[in-house]
Amino acid sequence: MLANLDFSFYNWDVITGFLLKGLYFSLFLTVVATLGGILFGTLLALMRLSGKKWLDAPAAIYVNGMRSIPLVMVILWFFLLVPFIIGRPIGAEVSAIITFVAFEAAYFSEIMRAGIQSIPRGQVFAGQAVGMTYKQNMTLVILPQAFRNMLPVLLTQTIILFQDTSLVYAIGAYDLLKGFETAGKNFGRPIESYLLAAVLYFVICYALSYLVKRLHKKIAIIR
Amino acid sequence: MGSWDWQVFLQDPGGKDPTYWQWLLSAWGWTVSVALSALVVALVLGSIVGMIRTLPNSPGWVRAGNAWVELFRNIPLLVQIFLWYHVVPALFPVMREVPPFVLVVLALGFFTSARIAEQLRSGIQALPRGQRYAGMAVGFTTPQYYRYVLLPMAYRIIIPPLTSESMNIFKNSSVAFAVSIAEMTQFAMQAGEETARPMEMYLAVTVLYIISAFAINRIMASIEKRTRVPGFIAQAGGGGH
Repeated sequence: MLANLDFSFYNWDVITGFLLKGLYFSLFLTVVATLGGILFGTLLALMRLSGKKWLDAPAAIYVNGMRSIPLVMVILWFFLLVPFIIGRPIGAEVSAIITFVAFEAAYFSEIMRAGIQSIPRGQVFAGQAVGMTYKQNMTLVILPQAFRNMLPVLLTQTIILFQDTSLVYAIGAYDLLKGFETAGKNFGRPIESYLLAAVLYFVICYALSYLVKRLHKKIAIIR
Repeated sequence: MGSWDWQVFLQDPGGKDPTYWQWLLSAWGWTVSVALSALVVALVLGSIVGMIRTLPNSPGWVRAGNAWVELFRNIPLLVQIFLWYHVVPALFPVMREVPPFVLVVLALGFFTSARIAEQLRSGIQALPRGQRYAGMAVGFTTPQYYRYVLLPMAYRIIIPPLTSESMNIFKNSSVAFAVSIAEMTQFAMQAGEETARPMEMYLAVTVLYIISAFAINRIMASIEKRTRVPGFIAQAGGGGH
């Protein structure tokens, strides 16, 4: 059964020729979507916690809308709509980056909202009492503490995000999975390629989640 | 692109369905079938794995349960679907006769079972230790005190994360587009291309996904209400997609 598996074609040339390009894109997409998602997610969370209806309502619609649609459909929608809006065709990779920032912002905003709400009200009042403006209070008192509370959840979401980048398959962007698939097709060894892809994704995600667990313990001891 | 053209749903796609809207309904049926079947698989497997991860004095079982969760949680769903669809039948000849629908249900079910196992474990561990000891004290065997003492309360605690997991399974069923399952996302891609009216197709499919997720949310809310124990307040948890 296992005798006819042959992994020997995965030499250095195949790795550099097919896989590295895909791995770079998957990692790049993860990093950009995490940073962009946290930035826009924080803004969305602040809108939802502002107590002003005209800020809260649109943010709530955006976040709940994004969270109730499958990511694959979101990827397809953006690939259709972004060229229509900006008036010129864009590549699958650029479309994927825009999609993931917009999509992850919704998820990160919920994490940020929970994080900001986990800070005791007394902290807000203390900031106000020493005469801080809203902006100073947020950037100097609330957000640094919220970020710290939320760090393990944010990083776990980043691992999920890294796994989700494989869904750019729907629009044919060249990510890690596509790299494995292309190599498998070129050498007529798809089975071995899918197996290796699973192993590599597992190793990366398991190692990252192990690190997050250790970080969580460290933070839990200090607090 | 310009204006909308909803008449496109009355056209004949030239397949086994006479019109696009009938094809869309059949695709919705596939999405619901995949999601609900996978939910059953995930609930059964997730419950078993979640339970054995909390067994007292059996580190071997606990380790096996943990390994299960790590394995199915750390590989992307799309890769797992490819493994079930391409690799499993190639390696195990008995699986060659299994229809693709079953393979996708198994893939989605196993993937989700890891999350449900994690939720049930934390649900059981959220119960006071005294509950377990109380079960032991009245002479229950291990299966008995799980069945009559721990699980009834643990399941109630985890209804909120189970609700979001049930909604996730509908969303995640869309990944089946990558293998030959005629569910809604595949319909959206194919029909959008054939008719050159992707906006109408995507919009219809998106609305049906939202309706499905909302329906399952209401069903779970009514289950939560019916099974509520007076005076017992369950705390929420969970996360992810």
